[in-house]
Amino acid sequence: MNWNALFENIGQHTIDGLAKGAIFALVALGYTLVYGVLRLINFAHSEVWMVGTFAIFGFWSLLGVTDNPPLGTAIMLLLGGLLVGAAASGGTALLVERTAYRRLRQKNVPPLIFLITAIAISLVLQEIFGLWQGRLVVGMPSLIKRETVLTIGNAEINNIQIIILVSALVMMVGLDWFVNKTRNGRAIRAVAQNPDSAALMGINKDRVIMLVFVLGGIMAGAAALLWDMRYQITKFDIGFVLGLKAFTAAVLGGIGNLRGALLGGLLLGVIEVYGATLTQSTWEDVFAFVVLVVVLLFRPTGLLGESLGRARA
Amino acid sequence: MSQGIRGVTGAIGDRWRSLPGWQRFVAYAAGVAFLYYLPLLGIPGLTWFRTDYIEGGNSWAGVLFLCAVYVLIAIGLNVVIGLAGLLDLGYVGFYAIGAYSVALFGSTQSPVVQWIQQEFGLGTTWAVAWAACIPIAIAAAMISGVLLGWPTLRLRGDYLAIVTLGFGEIIRIVAKNMKEVTNGAEGIGAIPGPQGAPSADNNIFGLLDPKPWYWLALTVVLIMVFLVRRLENSRVGRSWLAIREDEDAAAVMGVQGFKFKLWAFAIGAALGGISGLLFASRQGFIQPAQFDAALSILFVAMVVVGGSGNMAGVAAGAVLLTYLPERFREVAEYRNLAFGVALLLVMLFIPQGLIPSRRRARELKDREKEAPANA
Amino acid sequence: MPENMQATGAQRPVVLEVDQVTLRFGGVVALDGVDFKIHQGEILGLIGPNGAGKTTCFNAITGVYRPTAGEVRFLGGRVSGRKPHQINRLGIARTFQNIRLFPEMTALENVMVGTDSRHKTSVVGALFRLYRVKAKEHELPRVTSTNGAVRAWQQTKRACAKVFGISRHTLEERAGERKSMELLEFVGIADCANEVARNLPYGYQRRLEIARALATEPKLLCLDEPAAGFNPAEKEELLGLIKKIRDRGYTVLLIEHDMRLVMGVTDRIVVLEFGKKIAEGSPAEVRENPKVVAAYLGVAEDAA
Repeated sequence: MNWNALFENIGQHTIDGLAKGAIFALVALGYTLVYGVLRLINFAHSEVWMVGTFAIFGFWSLLGVTDNPPLGTAIMLLLGGLLVGAAASGGTALLVERTAYRRLRQKNVPPLIFLITAIAISLVLQEIFGLWQGRLVVGMPSLIKRETVLTIGNAEINNIQIIILVSALVMMVGLDWFVNKTRNGRAIRAVAQNPDSAALMGINKDRVIMLVFVLGGIMAGAAALLWDMRYQITKFDIGFVLGLKAFTAAVLGGIGNLRGALLGGLLLGVIEVYGATLTQSTWEDVFAFVVLVVVLLFRPTGLLGESLGRARA
Repeated sequence: MSQGIRGVTGAIGDRWRSLPGWQRFVAYAAGVAFLYYLPLLGIPGLTWFRTDYIEGGNSWAGVLFLCAVYVLIAIGLNVVIGLAGLLDLGYVGFYAIGAYSVALFGSTQSPVVQWIQQEFGLGTTWAVAWAACIPIAIAAAMISGVLLGWPTLRLRGDYLAIVTLGFGEIIRIVAKNMKEVTNGAEGIGAIPGPQGAPSADNNIFGLLDPKPWYWLALTVVLIMVFLVRRLENSRVGRSWLAIREDEDAAAVMGVQGFKFKLWAFAIGAALGGISGLLFASRQGFIQPAQFDAALSILFVAMVVVGGSGNMAGVAAGAVLLTYLPERFREVAEYRNLAFGVALLLVMLFIPQGLIPSRRRARELKDREKEAPANA
Repeated sequence: MPENMQATGAQRPVVLEVDQVTLRFGGVVALDGVDFKIHQGEILGLIGPNGAGKTTCFNAITGVYRPTAGEVRFLGGRVSGRKPHQINRLGIARTFQNIRLFPEMTALENVMVGTDSRHKTSVVGALFRLYRVKAKEHELPRVTSTNGAVRAWQQTKRACAKVFGISRHTLEERAGERKSMELLEFVGIADCANEVARNLPYGYQRRLEIARALATEPKLLCLDEPAAGFNPAEKEELLGLIKKIRDRGYTVLLIEHDMRLVMGVTDRIVVLEFGKKIAEGSPAEVRENPKVVAAYLGVAEDAA
């Protein structure tokens, strides 16, 4: 194991890890929101994110975007992409809830059926895009030219990383404010903690659930934008691996806990980058799984425990 | 419509159960004979079913072989999902372990065999005999099953599912990365069959005629069906049912939940391993990319679509999901999509599966009645 | 209540000892230093107002909860802290306040789960049935048919059984089934043996739970409100059943709200309130105890 490579540049690796993890965190929010309110793992969320990446790609293609546009245009394109991504992902999430999940809830099916349905939806979405857009990697223009903005010691932070970290933070703070300080947010927390009482208070459970899916979708859309901006590629099946990692991040931070999702995401990103450096990157994807198993075995409530809904028995 | 299907299969099931014992025995015997006859299916009118009926279709016996292997998987996974009630999304891991067991120990191309050859000066044509690979495959699969199950079986259902999904992926990644042991992404060829390494001299279990392979697989399936049936009708099956219905009450009645769940896992793993071994033996060549997560999901689909908890159901599911894409090859591109849609539709409208066990159908109906009005 | 039962009760060996058991859930103290003994052959009643901790006490005894402090000893050995199925093997069985049968199994199957715990055959044994036992005459398959072909088949089966013996598993299954039917008759619901538990009338379900608990061959049977929801006639029947159970040699710990039933069937009573024991003694003593009266009525009245 290559300890030297790790410690020599630990600052750089940490920054890289945080930037990577910020994207995990945004996707993790979708998992944690739905789990907090419904106690279900929304397997299809990874494809909700994937749809966002393609939507943004489509948007940029439509406008004929080429590499390195002027800064003003780039900013407009990014913001536009954010809206498109949020709409596409949010819309997909909503569609899945309305057509499939709600029906299952009404029939009170056991959780096994839910999970399998989610997997089926995941597969269907993947295949639709695989057939429509092809099975090959889809490339995108680079909107922002990567430039080092800040140097701390021998660690360089570039503009893209700054954008990612700042955007993720802003979205998180926004969501946190929404859930804790608005009426709708209160409704979400009420349904998460005690659905029956919430209904007795006049809260429409179905609408709250739809809201939760849309919020998760919006966060995924933002993550899709950041991904497209940073990695400039997408593919019909990228959802699978990222989804697994984002879910791990949610569990690591404490599933059902919004701040936990942020913490878990960032932490997982850092762990992955450290691990990849140590083992020279062939085992990178394995780290998330190992983290997942360790957390579930030794601290299933995650680092911050559950806050959105009931504490798990 | 779902009521109609349930009604029909339910009625057939009732009629079947009401027949006297000896009539059922004769029916079974006839059925088994028919299964052995299948590759030779020449009855006019029924030849339409054969997959080589169409241009470019795969050999009929070859497809039957694959069906048999997948039925074996469905039966194994049914023990885990249907009988013990545990959702395992990484079953492909055991399949891969079985396949790699025979590849790593039986093939002269395997780095493991080559290492043994050098260490013990055995010459370049030595490898472990095919028959000896069978217990190796079963043991390896069962040990992995226990290792996987031990820490994870006490997790909640959804978490168990995700962890097992990860397990399946880990196996694939390990196979891909550990080049020194598994030849990495290139895979391993020259996997032996019952007659030894692939060569033109293999007159029965060769590369050309899949029929003996099918008969071999079919025989294994029938033996396994018999054994699993035995378990189902014994105290073990009863304990699994009790655990599925109310684990805490069962514990208070002296049923050791963990032990039986672990056994279910191990037995399921063993069957997965055997299927993998059969598959690899016929293919002659395997590589890590074949054992991906999509295959795990396919396996789960077979069990659930067919009717989990019911061996006839899951076998039907396996056959359907293997046979249909082969027979209707023209639409191969859309195969995965069709799967996904089929699985989705079944889950939404007939969650108990096409040929459900009576208990399962009752369970789901009772749950539906209990659903709060404004869920 | 026969006088001699009360007199000799205290000299019988102690079967269960609840020794200063305290159980805390976070800040809530569900049981606080609860302390009592049960003697062999006794019927001990555990009563108290709602929320007193009676079911919690049961849960602590049967291993569902682990006491925060104190110990539960059964036949001299510590059981607190052990797993529920281990405690059952040692000889404690229970029923549940809200009936927890296996809903989709038949009545007979429910009871057989209980007899299963006494099976010696392991999973491997069930699979391969290799452990064979020489069959006794009455255990061999019988030749009953008059039809020539079927008769020949039956004779072949009989001959094979003579030669190869019968697997221990099969014998245990049969024994289990016989015992289960016996228990169903004992509690009076044998005519419903093949009905799915979910479909049984309420009274039958309660009795089925008792049969199932008895199937695990316990030495101590814990009944949690077995008469809940019964009409007076059914309660009379239940009273008779509990006495029958005690006469068979079982020791019974009974939680019940119906005072007539409790006074009528128990040898001694322990009274809980807010997790503490506030009284213990014979039914007559407890009935007069002002603390008990206050606990139920909330007001200290003159002795009624």
